[in-house]
Parts: sequence; structure tokens; C-alpha cells
Amino acid sequence: MTQTNSELVRPGVSGGLADVVRARFLLKLLVRKELKVRYRGSVLGLLWSYVKPGVQFIVFYVALGIFLGLEQSPTNRGGLPNYAIYLFSGIILINFFTEALGNASRSIVGNGGLIKKIYLPRQLFPVASVWVSAVHFFPQLMILLVACFFSGWNPNLIQLLAAVAGFLIVALLATGLGLLFGAANVYFRDSENFVDMLLMIATWASPVMYAWTMVQAKVGDFWFTVYQMNPITIAVETFHYAFWLPTTDGAQAIPPHLLSLWIPVGVLISAAILLWGQLTFRRLEGRFAQEL
Amino acid sequence: MTIAIEVKSIDKQFVLRRSRSIKEVFVWLIKGRKGELSEKFHALKGVDLEVQQGETVALLGFNGSGKSTLLKHISGVMIPDSGTVRTRGRVAGLIEVGAGFHHDLSGRDNVYLNGAILGMTEEQINERFQSIVDFAEIGQFIDTEVKFYSSGMYLRLAFSVAVHTDPEVFLVDEILAVGDEPFQKKCIAKIQELASDGKTLVVVSHDLDLVSRICDRGVLLDHGEVRFDGPIHEAVAKMRGQ
Ligand SMILES: Nc1ncnc2c1ncn2[C@@H]1O[C@H](COP(=O)(O)OP(=O)(O)OP(=O)(O)O)[C@@H](O)[C@H]1O
Ligand SMILES: [Mg+2]
Repeated sequence: MTQTNSELVRPGVSGGLADVVRARFLLKLLVRKELKVRYRGSVLGLLWSYVKPGVQFIVFYVALGIFLGLEQSPTNRGGLPNYAIYLFSGIILINFFTEALGNASRSIVGNGGLIKKIYLPRQLFPVASVWVSAVHFFPQLMILLVACFFSGWNPNLIQLLAAVAGFLIVALLATGLGLLFGAANVYFRDSENFVDMLLMIATWASPVMYAWTMVQAKVGDFWFTVYQMNPITIAVETFHYAFWLPTTDGAQAIPPHLLSLWIPVGVLISAAILLWGQLTFRRLEGRFAQEL
Repeated sequence: MTIAIEVKSIDKQFVLRRSRSIKEVFVWLIKGRKGELSEKFHALKGVDLEVQQGETVALLGFNGSGKSTLLKHISGVMIPDSGTVRTRGRVAGLIEVGAGFHHDLSGRDNVYLNGAILGMTEEQINERFQSIVDFAEIGQFIDTEVKFYSSGMYLRLAFSVAVHTDPEVFLVDEILAVGDEPFQKKCIAKIQELASDGKTLVVVSHDLDLVSRICDRGVLLDHGEVRFDGPIHEAVAKMRGQ
């Protein structure tokens, strides 16, 4: 007879995100499954993650840059130089956030069949969703880099590190909110729709299409500080700072204290939201199996 | 003897009808939160169960008596309202055929995915992969998407992965019904082999002949309460006599 030295333990007690680290092989397989299943039976396959943002970019560029006059040109001195890169560097970050949070919020209900039957760390599902989105973010980043090189991109190390920080801010935020809304979605399917609304706002509540100076000029310092508290705003600005600014003559202003104040603030807010999401998730997950 | 599963007076209530429309909740709040917003259903009532390591236990009872619910508590999928559940060693729950299988993935991918879901490491799966495929006898279909499998093939692969996870405690819920005669025999032989290796088994089945061959002990559940707990033939006789 086999004798095990292990203790009697209560099953189904979750260790939170630490469990995800322990189950990273499963995480890897879940991510791979998602990537395989997403584009099954499609001819373009992963190319879609290039085509979709490409088209989105062209539409926005023509409508905003040219028709609404945000692009700087000899006839339009007030516009932004290299508006195409300005726009695209923000768009890819917003796309990452939108996809990550949208899928993470649906991931628990979507995997209900499994969660109801087998115990496994449920945090895996939102985390896997964010991871998949990061994989889709990568090709877009490549396109951005190519465009940057053609525009004489010449960044320094600090600018690159700022971009990494910006990406991390968004990833933490998406994971935190994804855990929160993914868990809430089990009880109230409304949260799915709420997230959709939130994502629509997120695109416009950060300086992706327009410049932050326009906000400051219109709303004054107090509300501009509120505007700056949004982690996505901070992250988008780091991307502008890293990818767009080095392609211009550098005369454009970046928000004051971006590096010394706002990046740490963004990291802190995102980390706090992750903690909150994680705590809520752990409180709610015990009843997932019976509610799904 | 070592205890493998210890269930101490667990209770479980389910919420039956959820009145989640905003209007109803609003009216309920206005009326001072009087009464229950939704109906409750008592699925498990003070269930006690102690299983020693190496025991083979059958859970018997009519539809809706709480067998699956009890297994879900042992595997950790559900948490009891009161009372405690404790287990020793790794628990593998085969609650339903191919839970965790994904239709659009090949058999091979599903073996890895399901193996990892049931707690195997990458090396363990690599090591046992051939043995899993051989046991399931699905041969060249291993690289076909599982949506093209027959339900029997599906079951074979799922069962094969599950028995290869090498858990200390093995929970089986109604899964032997789909395979053909030879495969059922093979499964039963495998289960008996596991039992003689000292693994703990908890089996749910309505096939009374089958469980009396595999199990030594029978636990009879009725409306969420343990009615009888003793030798399997007595439990089966009680079940038939009811
Ligand atoms: N998540 C749930 N929400 C509400 N009620 C539930 C839930 N899960 C189970 N029940 C109820 O609990 C009771 C016991 O269900 P269970 O699945 O344990 O029965 P069972 O003994 O496995 O029956 P069967 O032989 O049909 O498989 C049933 O009446 C069922 O409706
Ligand atoms: Mg059942």
C-alpha cells in the first residue's frame, strides 16, 4: 500500500495569483489553446491581428488627421507632426487594453463548463486572456517600430524604459479589472455590458486621438490632474514619449513630471486595482461552481 | 489506517429561483428586505463520510440525491456552507466525460491540456503520452480534432488521461456508460488495478452490478442525507429494495 506523508488539507482553497505562477505550464497551454482556437478555419489566421489595427489606423488617420486637421502640414501649422505615429502608438496600447479586459471579463463565464467540474486555479482564465492579448499586441508593436524607423526614430534608453513601464501599467490594470469584472460577471451578466461601455470611454478618455495640451487648455489645472490620474492616460503618454517624440524635432511638450510623478502614480494605481480585483475574486470564487 | 477523505457534517444549500430583475430587487429593498429574495434548496444535509486510504467506495442514490454535489465538494469545486472537507494527496475528479476537452483541438493537444488541468507536469505528460494513447486505442486519430471523434473515443481518451494522472484519490462520476464492452472491461480492470495499488476510489454509478464488482463499500444517499453506509452488497440490496 502506498503511504503518503502529505497532510489532510481542505480542497478548493485558492492561493490567489501565486497559484497561477505555480500552474504556469497550464497557463502556457491555455494561451496556446486560445491562439489556436481564435483563428481556426480562417485563411489569414494570425495576420488578422495585423490587418484589423491597420485598417482601424487608416480610418482614424484619414478622418481625424486629415479631415479634422490634427496632422501638421504646411497649410496646417497648428497640427501634430507625424500624427500617424502619434495616433498608432496610442491605438495599439488601447487595443491591447480593450482586448485584454473584454476577454478577461468574459473568461470565467466562458469557461464555466470546466470551472463547474474540475478544481483548478480560476485566476488562470483572466490572466490567460491578458496574456493572449499581449501576444496580439506584439505584431502591432512591430508595425509601429517599422513606421518609427522610417520616420527617423532615435530614442534614448529612458524613453524605452518609459514605454515598458507604460505597457506594465496597462497589463496590471487589465488584469486587475479583468479579475474584478470576470468574477462579477458570474453573478451579474450586466458587468459584461458595463465593461464594453467602459472600454468605449477608455479610448476617448486618454490622449490617443488628440493631444493632452488640448485637454489642459479646455478644462484647467484641477480637472487636468484628474484626467492625468487615469493609468491609461499615463501609459499612452509614455508611448508617445518613447515612440512619437523621438521622431519629431522634439519641440513638442510632454506632460510635466511624466517620469518623476505620473509613471509611479500609474504603477501604484494599477497595482492597487490589481490587489482589489484579486481580493474580490478570491471572495467570490468559492461560489462560482454553483452559480454558473 | 490513514484517512484519505474526511467529510464532517457538511451542509449545502442552493439558491433555486433567482429573482434578479431590478424591479423585484427594488421592491424587496423598499419593503425593508423582508423575506428571502429567492428559494433555497437543501442539497446536502449533515453528510459525514470518512474514507480510508485504499478503500473503494460507491456512492448510490436516485437522481438528484446529491451524489455529484458530494463529489464536487470532495474535489474542491464547491465549498460547503458549514462543516469541513479534508483530503490527503492529489485528488483527480473525473466528474464528467471530457470536461476540459476542447472540440477544436486535436487529441494530442487535448491530452496535454487535460493532463495539465488534472495537475500533471509537462515531463509527466511527455513521459506517459504513449501509454495514454495506447490505453485509449485511438491510434491514428490522435492528431484529429476531437470534434470528429465518436463519443466512445472521446470517453476513452478522457478516461485514459485521467487514470494516467496517478492521483491518490480518484473520483469517478457516471463515466463508464459510453464505452463499448471491451473497453468497459479494460476500464474496470484498470480501476481494480488502481484499487489494488492502494489508491482510494469513490465511484458514482447507477449500474449496481458494476459497482458491486469494483467497490467494497457502499454509501446510500437520499435527499442529501446518508441513509446507509456499509458493505456494498447490503447497500445494493437496500437500493434495490427501496
Ligand atoms: N448549482 C446548482 N444550483 C442549484 N441546484 C443545484 C445545483 N447543483 C445541483 N443542484 C441540485 O441539487 C440536487 C442534487 O444534485 P446532484 O447533481 O448532486 O444529484 P445526483 O445525485 O448526482 O443525481 P444524478 O443521479 O441525476 O446524477 C439536485 O436536485 C439539483 O437540482
Ligand atoms: Mg450526478
